[in-house]
Amino acid sequence: MKLITAILKPFKLDDVRAALGEVGVQGVTVTEVRGFGRQRGHTEIYRGAEYVVEFVPKTKIEIAVEDSLVDQVIEAIIKSGHTGKVGDGKIFVADLVHVVRIRTGERDASAI
Amino acid sequence: MLPTSAVWADAAQPPTAPVLVGFDKISSGDTAWMLTSTALVLLMTLPGLALFYGGMVRKKNVLATLMQSFAITCIVTILWWFIGYSWAFTPGSSPYLVGGATRFLLGGMIYQHDAMTLTASHLGVTIPETVYCMFQLTFAIITPALIAGSFADRMKFSSMLIFISIWFLIVYCPIAHWVWEPSGWLAIKGVLDFAGGTVVHINAGIAGLASCLVLGKRLGYPKESMPPHNLTLTLIGASLLWVGWFGFNAGSAVAADGRAGMAMAVTQIATAAAALSWMFAEWISKGKPSVLGIASGAVAGLVAITPASGFVGPTPAVVIGAVAGVACFLAATSLKSALGYDDSLDAFGVHCIGGIVGALLTGVFASKEISGSEGSVLTQLWGVGTTLVYGFSVSFIILKVIDMTIGLRVTEEQEREGLDISQHGERVE
Repeated sequence: MKLITAILKPFKLDDVRAALGEVGVQGVTVTEVRGFGRQRGHTEIYRGAEYVVEFVPKTKIEIAVEDSLVDQVIEAIIKSGHTGKVGDGKIFVADLVHVVRIRTGERDASAI
Repeated sequence: MLPTSAVWADAAQPPTAPVLVGFDKISSGDTAWMLTSTALVLLMTLPGLALFYGGMVRKKNVLATLMQSFAITCIVTILWWFIGYSWAFTPGSSPYLVGGATRFLLGGMIYQHDAMTLTASHLGVTIPETVYCMFQLTFAIITPALIAGSFADRMKFSSMLIFISIWFLIVYCPIAHWVWEPSGWLAIKGVLDFAGGTVVHINAGIAGLASCLVLGKRLGYPKESMPPHNLTLTLIGASLLWVGWFGFNAGSAVAADGRAGMAMAVTQIATAAAALSWMFAEWISKGKPSVLGIASGAVAGLVAITPASGFVGPTPAVVIGAVAGVACFLAATSLKSALGYDDSLDAFGVHCIGGIVGALLTGVFASKEISGSEGSVLTQLWGVGTTLVYGFSVSFIILKVIDMTIGLRVTEEQEREGLDISQHGERVE
Protein backbone atom coordinates (compact mmCIF):
# COMPACT_ATOMS: atom_id res chain seq x y z
CA MET A 1 0.00 0.00 0.00
CA LYS A 2 1.09 3.53 -0.68
CA LEU A 3 0.08 6.96 0.57
CA ILE A 4 -0.02 9.37 -2.33
CA THR A 5 0.18 13.04 -1.39
CA ALA A 6 -0.31 15.62 -4.10
CA ILE A 7 0.01 19.41 -3.95
CA LEU A 8 -2.28 21.02 -6.52
CA LYS A 9 -3.39 24.35 -7.86
CA PRO A 10 -6.61 24.95 -5.89
CA PHE A 11 -8.80 25.46 -8.97
CA LYS A 12 -7.73 22.04 -10.31
CA LEU A 13 -9.23 20.15 -7.37
CA ASP A 14 -12.56 19.30 -9.00
CA ASP A 15 -10.90 18.01 -12.18
CA VAL A 16 -8.54 15.85 -10.13
CA ARG A 17 -11.41 14.53 -8.02
CA ALA A 18 -13.28 13.46 -11.17
CA ALA A 19 -10.22 11.78 -12.67
CA LEU A 20 -9.55 9.86 -9.46
CA GLY A 21 -13.14 8.65 -9.41
CA GLU A 22 -12.69 7.25 -12.88
CA VAL A 23 -9.69 5.11 -11.90
CA GLY A 24 -11.57 3.74 -8.89
CA VAL A 25 -10.20 5.70 -5.95
CA GLN A 26 -12.59 5.29 -2.98
CA GLY A 27 -11.65 8.26 -0.83
CA VAL A 28 -9.52 11.39 -0.68
CA THR A 29 -8.61 13.79 2.12
CA VAL A 30 -8.30 17.47 1.10
CA THR A 31 -6.48 20.23 2.98
CA GLU A 32 -5.95 23.88 2.13
CA VAL A 33 -2.25 24.61 2.55
CA ARG A 34 0.34 27.28 1.81
CA GLY A 35 3.89 26.83 0.68
CA PHE A 36 6.62 27.84 -1.66
CA GLY A 37 8.27 26.15 -4.61
CA ARG A 38 9.51 27.50 -7.89
CA GLN A 39 6.38 29.60 -8.31
CA ARG A 40 7.15 33.01 -6.81
CA GLY A 41 4.82 34.70 -4.32
CA HIS A 42 3.40 38.16 -4.87
CA THR A 43 3.67 41.66 -3.46
CA GLU A 44 0.85 43.46 -1.67
CA ILE A 45 0.92 47.23 -1.18
CA TYR A 46 -1.21 49.00 1.45
CA ARG A 47 -0.76 52.79 1.51
CA GLY A 48 2.79 52.40 0.32
CA ALA A 49 3.75 49.61 2.74
CA GLU A 50 4.95 46.67 0.65
CA TYR A 51 4.52 43.15 1.93
CA VAL A 52 6.00 40.25 0.02
CA VAL A 53 3.75 37.23 0.35
CA GLU A 54 6.17 34.30 0.04
CA PHE A 55 3.69 31.48 0.51
CA VAL A 56 1.23 30.60 -2.20
CA PRO A 57 -2.14 28.98 -1.42
CA LYS A 58 -2.30 25.35 -2.59
CA THR A 59 -4.55 22.35 -2.12
CA LYS A 60 -3.13 19.13 -0.70
CA ILE A 61 -4.83 15.77 -1.30
CA GLU A 62 -3.95 12.49 0.36
CA ILE A 63 -4.95 9.12 -1.08
CA ALA A 64 -4.30 5.67 0.33
CA VAL A 65 -4.13 3.07 -2.49
CA GLU A 66 -3.14 -0.50 -3.10
CA ASP A 67 0.17 -0.97 -4.92
CA SER A 68 -1.60 -2.07 -8.10
CA LEU A 69 -3.39 1.26 -8.43
CA VAL A 70 -0.42 3.59 -7.80
CA ASP A 71 0.65 4.19 -11.38
CA GLN A 72 -2.91 4.79 -12.59
CA VAL A 73 -3.55 7.29 -9.79
CA ILE A 74 -0.34 9.17 -10.52
CA GLU A 75 -1.18 9.25 -14.21
CA ALA A 76 -4.70 10.54 -13.45
CA ILE A 77 -3.39 13.33 -11.23
CA ILE A 78 -0.79 14.39 -13.78
CA LYS A 79 -3.36 14.51 -16.56
CA SER A 80 -6.09 16.33 -14.66
CA GLY A 81 -3.90 18.67 -12.60
CA HIS A 82 -1.64 19.80 -15.39
CA THR A 83 -1.59 23.36 -16.77
CA GLY A 84 2.01 23.49 -17.97
CA LYS A 85 2.76 26.65 -15.95
CA VAL A 86 5.11 26.88 -12.97
CA GLY A 87 3.21 26.01 -9.78
CA ASP A 88 1.30 22.92 -10.94
CA GLY A 89 2.50 21.13 -7.82
CA LYS A 90 4.07 17.82 -6.85
CA ILE A 91 3.16 14.24 -6.10
CA PHE A 92 4.80 12.38 -3.23
CA VAL A 93 4.49 8.61 -2.83
CA ALA A 94 5.31 6.92 0.48
CA ASP A 95 4.97 3.41 1.85
CA LEU A 96 1.94 2.88 3.98
CA VAL A 97 2.30 0.49 6.90
CA HIS A 98 -1.29 0.03 8.07
CA VAL A 99 -4.79 1.17 7.31
CA VAL A 100 -7.67 0.64 9.75
CA ARG A 101 -11.36 1.38 9.19
CA ILE A 102 -12.57 2.81 12.47
CA ARG A 103 -16.21 1.71 12.08
CA THR A 104 -15.52 -2.01 11.58
CA GLY A 105 -11.94 -2.53 12.66
CA GLU A 106 -11.10 -3.94 9.19
CA ARG A 107 -7.42 -3.72 8.31
CA ASP A 108 -5.19 -2.90 5.35
CA ALA A 109 -6.45 -3.77 1.85
CA SER A 110 -10.05 -4.26 2.95
CA ALA A 111 -9.98 -0.97 4.86
CA ILE A 112 -9.05 1.06 1.77
CA MET B 1 -26.32 87.29 30.25
CA LEU B 2 -28.94 85.10 28.70
CA PRO B 3 -32.25 86.77 28.07
CA THR B 4 -34.18 83.65 28.92
CA SER B 5 -36.81 85.65 30.76
CA ALA B 6 -37.75 87.72 27.73
CA VAL B 7 -38.65 86.27 24.37
CA TRP B 8 -36.26 87.42 21.62
CA ALA B 9 -38.17 89.02 18.78
CA ASP B 10 -35.95 91.72 17.31
CA ALA B 11 -34.70 90.55 13.94
CA ALA B 12 -32.50 93.62 13.42
CA GLN B 13 -30.26 92.73 16.33
CA PRO B 14 -28.89 89.19 15.96
CA PRO B 15 -28.47 87.47 19.31
CA THR B 16 -24.99 86.81 20.71
CA ALA B 17 -26.07 84.09 23.10
CA PRO B 18 -28.77 81.38 23.17
CA VAL B 19 -32.20 83.00 23.25
CA LEU B 20 -35.78 82.14 24.13
CA VAL B 21 -37.99 82.28 21.05
CA GLY B 22 -41.59 81.63 20.22
CA PHE B 23 -42.61 78.47 18.34
CA ASP B 24 -43.38 80.67 15.33
CA LYS B 25 -39.67 81.55 14.94
CA ILE B 26 -38.74 77.94 14.27
CA SER B 27 -38.50 76.84 10.65
CA SER B 28 -39.82 73.35 10.17
CA GLY B 29 -37.78 72.96 6.97
CA ASP B 30 -34.52 73.88 8.67
CA THR B 31 -35.34 71.75 11.67
CA ALA B 32 -36.19 68.72 9.55
CA TRP B 33 -32.89 68.97 7.68
CA MET B 34 -30.89 69.44 10.87
CA LEU B 35 -32.55 66.44 12.54
CA THR B 36 -31.56 64.46 9.45
CA SER B 37 -28.04 65.88 9.39
CA THR B 38 -27.53 64.97 13.02
CA ALA B 39 -28.40 61.36 12.27
CA LEU B 40 -26.12 61.39 9.21
CA VAL B 41 -23.12 62.68 11.15
CA LEU B 42 -23.61 60.12 13.93
CA LEU B 43 -23.67 57.49 11.18
CA MET B 44 -20.19 58.64 10.20
CA THR B 45 -18.78 57.42 13.52
CA LEU B 46 -21.15 54.50 14.16
CA PRO B 47 -20.61 52.46 12.16
CA GLY B 48 -18.77 54.43 9.43
CA LEU B 49 -15.46 55.28 11.07
CA ALA B 50 -15.58 52.15 13.24
CA LEU B 51 -15.72 49.94 10.12
CA PHE B 52 -13.25 52.08 8.17
CA TYR B 53 -10.67 51.62 10.93
CA GLY B 54 -11.82 48.14 11.96
CA GLY B 55 -11.14 46.73 8.50
CA MET B 56 -7.64 48.18 8.40
CA VAL B 57 -6.29 46.59 11.58
CA ARG B 58 -5.17 43.00 12.04
CA LYS B 59 -7.83 40.49 13.00
CA LYS B 60 -6.68 40.30 16.61
CA ASN B 61 -7.49 43.99 17.12
CA VAL B 62 -10.74 44.45 15.21
CA LEU B 63 -13.13 44.39 18.18
CA ALA B 64 -10.92 46.72 20.20
CA THR B 65 -10.93 49.17 17.29
CA LEU B 66 -14.72 49.05 16.90
CA MET B 67 -15.01 49.40 20.67
CA GLN B 68 -12.95 52.59 20.66
CA SER B 69 -15.40 54.38 18.37
CA PHE B 70 -18.38 53.08 20.31
CA ALA B 71 -17.04 53.94 23.76
CA ILE B 72 -15.85 57.38 22.64
CA THR B 73 -19.37 58.08 21.35
CA CYS B 74 -20.80 57.30 24.77
CA ILE B 75 -18.26 59.13 26.88
CA VAL B 76 -18.28 62.29 24.75
CA THR B 77 -22.08 62.37 24.89
CA ILE B 78 -21.99 62.42 28.68
CA LEU B 79 -19.26 65.07 28.74
CA TRP B 80 -21.24 67.15 26.24
CA TRP B 81 -24.24 67.06 28.54
CA PHE B 82 -22.05 67.83 31.54
CA ILE B 83 -20.20 70.95 30.32
CA GLY B 84 -18.85 70.42 26.79
CA TYR B 85 -21.67 72.09 24.90
CA SER B 86 -21.64 75.05 27.25
CA TRP B 87 -17.89 75.53 26.96
CA ALA B 88 -17.92 75.23 23.19
CA PHE B 89 -21.04 77.10 22.13
CA THR B 90 -21.94 79.77 24.65
CA PRO B 91 -20.11 83.08 24.99
CA GLY B 92 -17.41 83.20 27.66
CA SER B 93 -15.68 85.80 29.75
CA SER B 94 -12.63 86.02 27.49
CA PRO B 95 -12.16 85.25 23.77
CA TYR B 96 -9.08 83.19 24.68
CA LEU B 97 -10.74 80.83 27.15
CA VAL B 98 -13.75 78.54 26.82
CA GLY B 99 -17.40 79.54 26.80
CA GLY B 100 -19.50 80.06 29.89
CA ALA B 101 -21.26 77.59 32.18
CA THR B 102 -24.83 78.66 31.43
CA ARG B 103 -25.52 75.30 29.83
CA PHE B 104 -23.97 73.24 32.64
CA LEU B 105 -25.88 69.92 32.61
CA LEU B 106 -27.70 71.47 29.65
CA GLY B 107 -29.62 73.62 32.11
CA GLY B 108 -31.43 76.46 30.41
CA MET B 109 -31.88 74.54 27.18
CA ILE B 110 -35.64 74.38 27.31
CA TYR B 111 -38.85 73.59 25.49
CA GLN B 112 -42.04 74.92 27.05
CA HIS B 113 -45.21 73.45 25.65
CA ASP B 114 -47.77 75.71 27.30
CA ALA B 115 -45.85 78.98 26.93
CA MET B 116 -45.09 78.03 23.30
CA THR B 117 -41.45 79.05 23.69
CA LEU B 118 -38.16 77.25 23.42
CA THR B 119 -34.50 78.17 23.34
CA ALA B 120 -32.52 78.54 20.11
CA SER B 121 -28.76 78.83 19.78
CA HIS B 122 -27.46 82.15 18.46
CA LEU B 123 -25.63 80.01 15.90
CA GLY B 124 -28.88 78.65 14.50
CA VAL B 125 -31.87 80.77 15.41
CA THR B 126 -34.40 78.98 13.22
CA ILE B 127 -34.02 75.55 14.84
CA PRO B 128 -34.50 74.37 18.43
CA GLU B 129 -31.39 74.58 20.58
CA THR B 130 -31.80 70.87 21.33
CA VAL B 131 -31.27 70.06 17.66
CA TYR B 132 -28.27 72.38 17.35
CA CYS B 133 -26.77 70.89 20.51
CA MET B 134 -27.19 67.31 19.24
CA PHE B 135 -25.91 68.24 15.78
CA GLN B 136 -22.74 69.70 17.29
CA LEU B 137 -22.44 66.70 19.61
CA THR B 138 -21.98 64.42 16.62
CA PHE B 139 -18.96 66.54 15.55
CA ALA B 140 -17.61 66.40 19.08
CA ILE B 141 -17.91 62.60 18.91
CA ILE B 142 -16.16 61.97 15.63
CA THR B 143 -13.19 64.21 16.37
CA PRO B 144 -11.69 62.17 19.22
CA ALA B 145 -12.79 58.97 17.47
CA LEU B 146 -10.60 59.94 14.52
CA ILE B 147 -7.50 60.10 16.75
CA ALA B 148 -7.84 56.36 17.31
CA GLY B 149 -6.41 55.84 13.82
CA SER B 150 -2.99 56.87 15.09
CA PHE B 151 -2.89 54.91 18.33
CA ALA B 152 -4.62 51.78 17.03
CA ASP B 153 -3.28 48.37 18.07
CA ARG B 154 -1.41 49.39 21.22
CA MET B 155 -3.15 51.77 23.65
CA LYS B 156 -4.64 50.50 26.90
CA PHE B 157 -8.42 50.86 26.85
CA SER B 158 -8.56 52.42 30.32
CA SER B 159 -5.88 54.97 29.46
CA MET B 160 -7.61 55.70 26.17
CA LEU B 161 -10.82 56.64 28.00
CA ILE B 162 -8.93 58.99 30.29
CA PHE B 163 -6.93 60.55 27.47
CA ILE B 164 -10.01 61.12 25.33
CA SER B 165 -12.01 62.63 28.20
CA ILE B 166 -9.31 65.11 29.16
CA TRP B 167 -8.44 65.89 25.54
CA PHE B 168 -12.05 66.51 24.73
CA LEU B 169 -12.49 69.01 27.57
CA ILE B 170 -9.25 70.96 27.28
CA VAL B 171 -8.47 70.70 23.56
CA TYR B 172 -11.66 70.13 21.58
CA CYS B 173 -13.97 72.46 23.53
CA PRO B 174 -11.61 75.47 23.51
CA ILE B 175 -10.73 75.14 19.83
CA ALA B 176 -14.37 74.68 18.80
CA HIS B 177 -15.16 77.77 20.89
CA TRP B 178 -12.34 79.87 19.44
CA VAL B 179 -13.20 79.06 15.82
CA TRP B 180 -16.96 78.66 15.79
CA GLU B 181 -18.48 80.66 18.65
CA PRO B 182 -18.60 84.29 17.45
CA SER B 183 -16.93 85.59 20.62
CA GLY B 184 -13.93 83.25 20.18
CA TRP B 185 -10.68 84.93 19.20
CA LEU B 186 -10.12 83.01 15.95
CA ALA B 187 -13.70 83.70 14.86
CA ILE B 188 -13.10 87.40 15.59
CA LYS B 189 -9.92 87.25 13.49
CA GLY B 190 -12.03 86.00 10.59
CA VAL B 191 -10.77 82.41 10.35
CA LEU B 192 -13.11 80.50 8.02
CA ASP B 193 -13.99 76.92 8.92
CA PHE B 194 -17.37 75.98 7.57
CA ALA B 195 -17.71 72.44 8.89
CA GLY B 196 -14.58 71.66 10.87
CA GLY B 197 -11.43 71.37 8.76
CA THR B 198 -9.56 73.01 11.60
CA VAL B 199 -11.65 72.15 14.64
CA VAL B 200 -12.23 68.52 13.67
CA HIS B 201 -9.59 67.32 11.23
CA ILE B 202 -6.39 69.24 11.91
CA ASN B 203 -7.21 68.95 15.58
CA ALA B 204 -7.71 65.17 15.51
CA GLY B 205 -4.80 64.61 13.14
CA ILE B 206 -2.24 66.49 15.21
CA ALA B 207 -3.42 64.79 18.40
CA GLY B 208 -2.92 61.56 16.47
CA LEU B 209 0.68 62.48 15.68
CA ALA B 210 1.30 63.29 19.35
CA SER B 211 -0.17 59.96 20.40
CA CYS B 212 1.85 57.84 18.01
CA LEU B 213 5.02 59.70 19.03
CA VAL B 214 4.39 59.20 22.75
CA LEU B 215 3.31 55.56 22.33
CA GLY B 216 6.07 54.54 19.95
CA LYS B 217 5.80 52.10 17.10
CA ARG B 218 3.75 48.94 17.10
CA LEU B 219 5.77 45.82 17.91
CA GLY B 220 7.38 44.61 14.73
CA TYR B 221 6.71 47.78 12.74
CA PRO B 222 7.83 48.21 9.98
CA LYS B 223 9.47 44.78 9.59
CA GLU B 224 6.52 42.48 10.21
CA SER B 225 3.74 42.56 7.69
CA MET B 226 0.56 44.15 9.04
CA PRO B 227 -1.89 44.02 6.16
CA PRO B 228 -5.50 45.16 6.73
CA HIS B 229 -7.57 42.12 7.69
CA ASN B 230 -10.74 43.03 5.80
CA LEU B 231 -10.83 45.81 3.23
CA THR B 232 -14.50 45.11 2.55
CA LEU B 233 -15.28 46.56 5.99
CA THR B 234 -13.00 49.50 5.22
CA LEU B 235 -14.75 50.25 1.94
CA ILE B 236 -18.18 50.04 3.58
CA GLY B 237 -16.92 52.36 6.31
CA ALA B 238 -15.52 54.86 3.81
CA SER B 239 -18.80 54.79 1.92
CA LEU B 240 -20.79 55.49 5.09
CA LEU B 241 -18.42 58.34 5.87
CA TRP B 242 -19.05 59.77 2.41
CA VAL B 243 -22.84 59.58 2.76
CA GLY B 244 -22.79 60.88 6.33
CA TRP B 245 -20.57 63.76 5.27
CA PHE B 246 -23.50 65.38 3.50
CA GLY B 247 -24.91 65.95 6.98
CA PHE B 248 -21.52 67.16 8.16
CA ASN B 249 -20.99 69.77 5.43
CA ALA B 250 -24.44 70.62 4.09
CA GLY B 251 -25.76 70.43 7.67
CA SER B 252 -23.22 73.04 8.72
CA ALA B 253 -25.32 75.62 6.88
CA VAL B 254 -27.73 75.08 9.83
CA ALA B 255 -30.51 75.65 7.33
CA ALA B 256 -32.23 73.85 4.47
CA ASP B 257 -31.15 76.48 1.98
CA GLY B 258 -29.08 77.25 -1.08
CA ARG B 259 -25.83 77.39 0.82
CA ALA B 260 -26.47 73.87 2.08
CA GLY B 261 -27.11 72.83 -1.50
CA MET B 262 -23.82 74.32 -2.67
CA ALA B 263 -22.01 72.68 0.25
CA MET B 264 -23.47 69.32 -0.76
CA ALA B 265 -22.46 69.77 -4.41
CA VAL B 266 -18.86 70.72 -3.67
CA THR B 267 -18.58 67.89 -1.14
CA GLN B 268 -19.50 65.31 -3.75
CA ILE B 269 -17.24 66.82 -6.41
CA ALA B 270 -14.16 67.31 -4.23
CA THR B 271 -14.46 63.77 -2.87
CA ALA B 272 -14.56 62.24 -6.32
CA ALA B 273 -11.59 64.37 -7.45
CA ALA B 274 -9.52 63.34 -4.42
CA ALA B 275 -10.38 59.65 -4.74
CA LEU B 276 -9.24 59.73 -8.36
CA SER B 277 -6.10 61.74 -7.68
CA TRP B 278 -4.99 59.33 -4.92
CA MET B 279 -5.83 56.39 -7.16
CA PHE B 280 -3.82 57.72 -10.10
CA ALA B 281 -0.91 58.86 -7.90
CA GLU B 282 -0.72 55.33 -6.50
CA TRP B 283 -1.20 53.69 -9.88
CA ILE B 284 1.66 55.71 -11.36
CA SER B 285 4.09 55.37 -8.46
CA LYS B 286 3.30 51.89 -7.10
CA GLY B 287 1.93 50.13 -10.15
CA LYS B 288 -1.65 49.30 -9.09
CA PRO B 289 -4.81 51.29 -8.28
CA SER B 290 -5.84 49.88 -4.90
CA VAL B 291 -9.18 49.70 -3.11
CA LEU B 292 -7.62 51.04 0.06
CA GLY B 293 -6.13 53.84 -2.02
CA ILE B 294 -9.33 55.05 -3.64
CA ALA B 295 -11.20 54.82 -0.32
CA SER B 296 -8.45 56.75 1.47
CA GLY B 297 -8.47 59.35 -1.28
CA ALA B 298 -12.21 59.84 -0.88
CA VAL B 299 -11.76 60.45 2.84
CA ALA B 300 -8.91 62.89 2.12
CA GLY B 301 -11.21 64.81 -0.23
CA LEU B 302 -14.03 64.88 2.30
CA VAL B 303 -11.62 66.23 4.89
CA ALA B 304 -10.20 68.92 2.61
CA ILE B 305 -13.56 70.23 1.37
CA THR B 306 -14.92 70.40 4.93
CA PRO B 307 -13.64 73.90 5.83
CA ALA B 308 -14.31 75.16 2.29
CA SER B 309 -17.73 73.67 1.70
CA GLY B 310 -19.88 76.72 2.47
CA PHE B 311 -17.46 79.14 0.83
CA VAL B 312 -16.45 77.77 -2.58
CA GLY B 313 -18.01 76.79 -5.89
CA PRO B 314 -17.70 73.56 -7.89
CA THR B 315 -14.50 74.25 -9.84
CA PRO B 316 -12.40 75.19 -6.80
CA ALA B 317 -13.80 72.00 -5.25
CA VAL B 318 -12.13 69.94 -8.00
CA VAL B 319 -8.81 71.68 -7.30
CA ILE B 320 -9.11 71.25 -3.54
CA GLY B 321 -9.95 67.56 -3.94
CA ALA B 322 -7.21 66.84 -6.46
CA VAL B 323 -4.53 68.55 -4.36
CA ALA B 324 -5.70 66.84 -1.18
CA GLY B 325 -5.66 63.38 -2.78
CA VAL B 326 -2.03 63.68 -3.82
CA ALA B 327 -0.89 65.50 -0.67
CA CYS B 328 -2.44 62.91 1.65
CA PHE B 329 -1.12 60.06 -0.49
CA LEU B 330 2.39 61.45 -0.13
CA ALA B 331 1.91 62.03 3.61
CA ALA B 332 0.64 58.50 4.25
CA THR B 333 3.35 56.87 2.15
CA SER B 334 6.55 58.89 1.70
CA LEU B 335 6.40 61.32 4.63
CA LYS B 336 5.54 58.61 7.14
CA SER B 337 8.31 56.29 6.09
CA ALA B 338 10.82 59.16 5.80
CA LEU B 339 10.15 60.41 9.33
CA GLY B 340 9.69 56.95 10.84
CA TYR B 341 6.65 57.51 13.10
CA ASP B 342 4.01 54.78 13.21
CA ASP B 343 0.70 56.50 12.45
CA SER B 344 -1.05 53.11 12.24
CA LEU B 345 -4.08 54.08 10.15
CA ASP B 346 -2.87 57.51 9.00
CA ALA B 347 -5.09 59.77 11.08
CA PHE B 348 -2.34 62.39 10.85
CA GLY B 349 -1.52 61.77 7.21
CA VAL B 350 -5.10 62.00 6.02
CA HIS B 351 -6.90 64.24 8.53
CA CYS B 352 -4.21 66.71 9.55
CA ILE B 353 -2.64 67.08 6.11
CA GLY B 354 -6.02 67.07 4.33
CA GLY B 355 -7.35 69.58 6.87
CA ILE B 356 -4.41 71.92 6.30
CA VAL B 357 -4.78 71.70 2.52
CA GLY B 358 -8.49 72.49 2.85
CA ALA B 359 -8.09 75.30 5.38
CA LEU B 360 -5.45 77.10 3.32
CA LEU B 361 -7.23 76.63 0.00
CA THR B 362 -10.41 77.97 1.63
CA GLY B 363 -8.45 81.20 2.02
CA VAL B 364 -7.59 81.10 -1.68
CA PHE B 365 -10.98 80.18 -3.10
CA ALA B 366 -13.60 81.58 -0.69
CA SER B 367 -16.23 83.34 -2.79
CA LYS B 368 -17.93 86.46 -1.51
CA GLU B 369 -20.84 85.67 -3.75
CA ILE B 370 -21.55 82.36 -2.04
CA SER B 371 -20.69 83.18 1.56
CA GLY B 372 -20.47 86.93 1.98
CA SER B 373 -16.96 86.33 3.34
CA GLU B 374 -13.63 87.23 1.79
CA GLY B 375 -10.96 84.57 2.30
CA SER B 376 -7.36 85.21 3.28
CA VAL B 377 -4.62 82.60 3.42
CA LEU B 378 -2.85 84.62 6.11
CA THR B 379 -5.94 84.60 8.33
CA GLN B 380 -6.40 80.89 7.69
CA LEU B 381 -2.81 80.33 8.83
CA TRP B 382 -3.81 81.65 12.24
CA GLY B 383 -6.41 78.92 12.56
CA VAL B 384 -4.09 76.22 11.26
CA GLY B 385 -1.09 77.34 13.31
CA THR B 386 -3.00 77.74 16.56
CA THR B 387 -4.58 74.31 16.26
CA LEU B 388 -1.26 72.67 15.39
CA VAL B 389 0.68 74.28 18.22
CA TYR B 390 -2.00 74.18 20.92
CA GLY B 391 -3.34 70.78 19.89
CA PHE B 392 0.06 69.12 19.65
CA SER B 393 1.52 70.49 22.86
CA VAL B 394 -1.50 69.93 25.08
CA SER B 395 -2.13 66.44 23.65
CA PHE B 396 1.54 65.58 24.15
CA ILE B 397 1.45 66.69 27.78
CA ILE B 398 -1.77 64.78 28.59
CA LEU B 399 -0.37 61.64 27.00
CA LYS B 400 2.99 61.94 28.78
CA VAL B 401 1.32 62.41 32.16
CA ILE B 402 -0.89 59.36 31.62
CA ASP B 403 2.11 57.38 30.43
CA MET B 404 4.12 58.27 33.55
CA THR B 405 1.26 57.53 35.96
CA ILE B 406 -0.97 54.64 34.93
CA GLY B 407 0.81 53.76 31.67
CA LEU B 408 -0.44 54.35 28.17
CA ARG B 409 0.52 51.20 26.37
CA VAL B 410 -0.42 47.57 26.79
CA THR B 411 2.33 45.12 27.72
CA GLU B 412 4.36 43.46 24.99
CA GLU B 413 2.61 40.17 25.66
CA GLN B 414 -0.84 41.75 25.43
CA GLU B 415 0.07 43.52 22.21
CA ARG B 416 1.26 40.25 20.66
CA GLU B 417 -1.89 38.48 21.79
CA GLY B 418 -4.05 41.29 20.44
CA LEU B 419 -6.21 43.88 22.13
CA ASP B 420 -9.44 41.94 21.56
CA ILE B 421 -8.43 39.23 23.99
CA SER B 422 -6.19 41.25 26.31
CA GLN B 423 -8.45 44.30 26.73
CA HIS B 424 -11.93 42.93 26.17
CA GLY B 425 -11.77 39.15 26.62
CA GLU B 426 -13.44 38.53 23.28
CA ARG B 427 -12.48 37.69 19.72
CA VAL B 428 -14.02 37.40 16.29
CA GLU B 429 -14.77 33.91 14.85
